[in-house]
Amino acid sequence: MARAWVPHRYLPLTEADRAQMLATIGVASVEDLFADIPASVRLLRDLRLPPAPSDAELLAELRALAGQNADADRYVCFLGAGAYDHFIPSVVWHLAGRAEFVTAYTPYQAELMQGELQATYEYQSLLCALTGMEVANASMYDGASATAEAAVMARDLTRRGGILLSTAVHPEYRQVLRTYTAPLGLTVTDLPHEGGVTTPQAVRDALDGETAAVVVQHPNFFGRLEEVQALAEAAHAAGALLVVAVADPVAYGLLQPPGALGADIVAGEGQPLGNHLNFGGPYLGMLATREAFVRRMPGRLVGATVDARGRRGFVLTLQTREQHIRRERATSNICTNEALNALAAAVYMAALGPHGLRQVAEACVRKAHYARERLCALPGFGLAFPGPTFHEFVLTCPLPPERLNEGLQARGILGGLPLGPFYPDLDHGWLLCVTEMRTRAEIDRLVEAVAEIAEEAGR
Amino acid sequence: MFPEDLRYTKEHEWARREDGRIRVGITRFAADRLSDVVFIELPRPGSTVTQMQTFGVIESVKAVSDLYAPVSGTVVEVNTQLAERPELVNQDPYGAGWMLLLDPSDPTEWERLLSAEEYRRLVGEEA
Repeated sequence: MARAWVPHRYLPLTEADRAQMLATIGVASVEDLFADIPASVRLLRDLRLPPAPSDAELLAELRALAGQNADADRYVCFLGAGAYDHFIPSVVWHLAGRAEFVTAYTPYQAELMQGELQATYEYQSLLCALTGMEVANASMYDGASATAEAAVMARDLTRRGGILLSTAVHPEYRQVLRTYTAPLGLTVTDLPHEGGVTTPQAVRDALDGETAAVVVQHPNFFGRLEEVQALAEAAHAAGALLVVAVADPVAYGLLQPPGALGADIVAGEGQPLGNHLNFGGPYLGMLATREAFVRRMPGRLVGATVDARGRRGFVLTLQTREQHIRRERATSNICTNEALNALAAAVYMAALGPHGLRQVAEACVRKAHYARERLCALPGFGLAFPGPTFHEFVLTCPLPPERLNEGLQARGILGGLPLGPFYPDLDHGWLLCVTEMRTRAEIDRLVEAVAEIAEEAGR
Repeated sequence: MFPEDLRYTKEHEWARREDGRIRVGITRFAADRLSDVVFIELPRPGSTVTQMQTFGVIESVKAVSDLYAPVSGTVVEVNTQLAERPELVNQDPYGAGWMLLLDPSDPTEWERLLSAEEYRRLVGEEA
């Protein structure tokens, strides 16, 4: 049963084209091409689908669907916890969105793509400057997988199989790290936070001769600053490495970079550097380390060189670490990168510069602290973990934070993350984030709304 | 090309007896075939190796290959010069390009290694 040929606006073949193709291969009709498939297993009717809408109808329907999202453009966002609503200068996506970059994707015919390689090289260089490390790879999937890769790298470097993982690291990073490393035989042990931070004494107590790395986050999941230098000293004294994960590298515009404090590997999330929230992905896995460790580093790496005529050029280098050369003994199964996201991060860092990034970070701190003080002054509210914070902090609330979020959403505000599902002992814990995007008026609106919702609940 | 006082593996490592210890490297044939060596990963002193199991990795501009221990034992010393000067393996594979000094755990393993004559025959067609 041959079906009628219906022209389609996205399929450019004409009837004449088809007739010519059929004649060339020597069959009478398209139906003849299916002669070998028994009629009993063929679907000989049209699919039961609603009639196709017109382009205009389709766009209207999709717009209405998208309009139901509570996105950070229309809602005032106080949610962080791994995805951060920072301002993105127009230049970032104006450059990153250029067709030469968008279509280049990841360098397969690497050396043909000098522009792409140069952009990646600059991303790597900027990331080194930001983290205080000596070498950074061309990027990976996201902060969680980059942290897991850092743990595997530490195992290979130390030839030990134990990972001490602070519970002040993002809970989802911890889950991914366990999933990632379990089949590789690594033993992951929780290092309980004390009052919202990882203490050097707890590290010393938990370390043994099998510990490959201590993994902390700085600033940590609760927004608190870790004592990176003391933690590094504790790890190094036992022959272990210190892996510093970071969920928002904008913090390093203000804080001393982990490389200067003794970190051996910095892994984390690059989304906050010029990338949109993107509904949770694609994000940008960052990984930077010391030069001495480069042969154990996962992922692609772009290097600068000179060609036969002495002109500067860029190449993929040290590829013998990688899966397509070293097969099962490769440093990682990662053999691609998040080129476009890395490019956006590079443009963002270059556009802001160290001074601009510091201004952004300072604005985050000031606004977060204003919000923190005002919220803590509300009856029944307090800080779960008093001490220095960057742009996130945990409040203990007199009512379940889920109820606060419901009330806030009705008022056009995205509240913080309820911590109960991740930390049973923090079931009234609420993790809030205040970036430079929030205005004083918005913060005041949040505080008034929270006061109102709590009062209504108390009545 | 293949000194008579050494013993060999079919994976192209050589072994030399030195006062009850065994020094290990790769043969001239292997070094030539690899061409310019750029990186060598060696075990740590104090670690143990097992006969015909990998003890490290050698990387040249052409290939990456595993290194196999000619005999089992404990690593007494590794050639730390190779970290900065991997080209020593190409220049002087039986001398300055050595890789490990082992304390052998099973003296009978030595007898199972190839003689210079046997190794020459193994690579004969290619050499």
